[in-house]
Amino acid sequence: MSRNTEVFVIGGGPAGLSAAHVAAKLGAKTLLVDDSARVGGQLIKQTHRFFGSSNRDAGIRGITIADKLQQDISEVADRLTVLENTAAVGFYHNKEAGILSQNAYERVTYQAAIVCTGATENSLTFENNDLPGIYGAGGVQTLMNVHGIKPGQKILMVGSGNIGLIVSYQLIQAGVEVVGLVEGMPTIGGYLVHASKIRRLGVPIHTSHTILKALGTEGVEGAVLCRVDEKFQPVPNTEFEIKCDCICLAVGLTPLIDLFQQAQCRMVHVGELGGLVPLHDSSMRTTNPDIFVAGDASGIEEATTAILAGRIAGARAYETIHGKSADADAIVAEAREELRTLRSGSTGERIRWGRERVLKEAGEC
Amino acid sequence: MTSLRIEKHPVLNFPERKTVKFYFEGKKYQGFEGEPIAAALHAAGIKTLRHSPQKNRARGFFCAIGRCSSCIMEVDGQINTMTCITPLKEGMQVKMQKGHGHIKP
Repeated sequence: MSRNTEVFVIGGGPAGLSAAHVAAKLGAKTLLVDDSARVGGQLIKQTHRFFGSSNRDAGIRGITIADKLQQDISEVADRLTVLENTAAVGFYHNKEAGILSQNAYERVTYQAAIVCTGATENSLTFENNDLPGIYGAGGVQTLMNVHGIKPGQKILMVGSGNIGLIVSYQLIQAGVEVVGLVEGMPTIGGYLVHASKIRRLGVPIHTSHTILKALGTEGVEGAVLCRVDEKFQPVPNTEFEIKCDCICLAVGLTPLIDLFQQAQCRMVHVGELGGLVPLHDSSMRTTNPDIFVAGDASGIEEATTAILAGRIAGARAYETIHGKSADADAIVAEAREELRTLRSGSTGERIRWGRERVLKEAGEC
Repeated sequence: MTSLRIEKHPVLNFPERKTVKFYFEGKKYQGFEGEPIAAALHAAGIKTLRHSPQKNRARGFFCAIGRCSSCIMEVDGQINTMTCITPLKEGMQVKMQKGHGHIKP
């Protein structure tokens, strides 16, 4: 069987939902596929309030933002088809892609594709890092906030970026004891407002420390930590043991880029954005002119910026099919201005630098 | 062992769902209908879902979104089932697969 659409959106997280909503609202026939059982991406497990910007989602919990985005797409249901439990498995030539649901395989013919595949969690190298009881921070959030099950009774958190800090707080809310937080850098990576929250609750934060090994054979029974020097090398005779029954790794994310490589988009490695990302211009168009990108797949950031980049991609994808539109231009201008505000200041410095590099290299090809 | 199910949460509500029976390695367990098999096992205190084919290392779930394949098991005879995203149903037979598992004809 085959399907025909104008805009084909892959991934139903904040970026994909926003892109599909904008494209359909402007008037494009749109198809969105997502490989999970329900759209919303990682927002469906994020119980914390987002900082956002004054006119977009500030102070709103992630789960509520997911509901809002689902409400948005239901308003354009006449032009937008959403397929859950359906994975995009590859691109053909001539604007065709393959999608796989349950046991059915179909082809999709599209005019513009917006790929919003998000990211995958990083692991960390240490002895016994494959034991049951060692989970990614996203995995812990899924188990705890979607399915209502604690990962264990006592957990060690590795990584003090915002995810490590926020998930530590969520674990405490769920009734799990956070026995400590380990950070290799000499300072806390995330916002101090999040760190203060868990410090007030008595969680020790071990900066300039690393995890040497996990203890146990069939599951985690503890961990050995030690100090690291300024070159991140273990300092001898500083090892100590900590008792826990699970370990959470919050050590960053890597963009999920297989589909871009397969579609022969030119890639660039930008450390500030999480690794290899497809080169794209300020319209979020990749070097393959039929394919756009938005969200973490274009560089690791967060949900609010993913929503805005998705809106830009959706508007520009609509224009490649239906021609120039003042409404699309207005959406893009508004989103760019919000992005500029969100990425301003010292916390957005790395992101700004990374994004400038992508734009510069995109301009050169 | 105290249950790993969250009883009270300041932000979230977990509505009561239908309880179903299932089997893990032939032994009877209970879980909620529709929750992932790996979640039901985890709530029952089972964290080791298989052993790695080459070095026989214990494996549990990791990503919980059907990405990493750490949680694959034999479910109702079907090997390589990603239990972190496969909904639990009444009477399911869940087994640790041996080695790479055997595809039944």
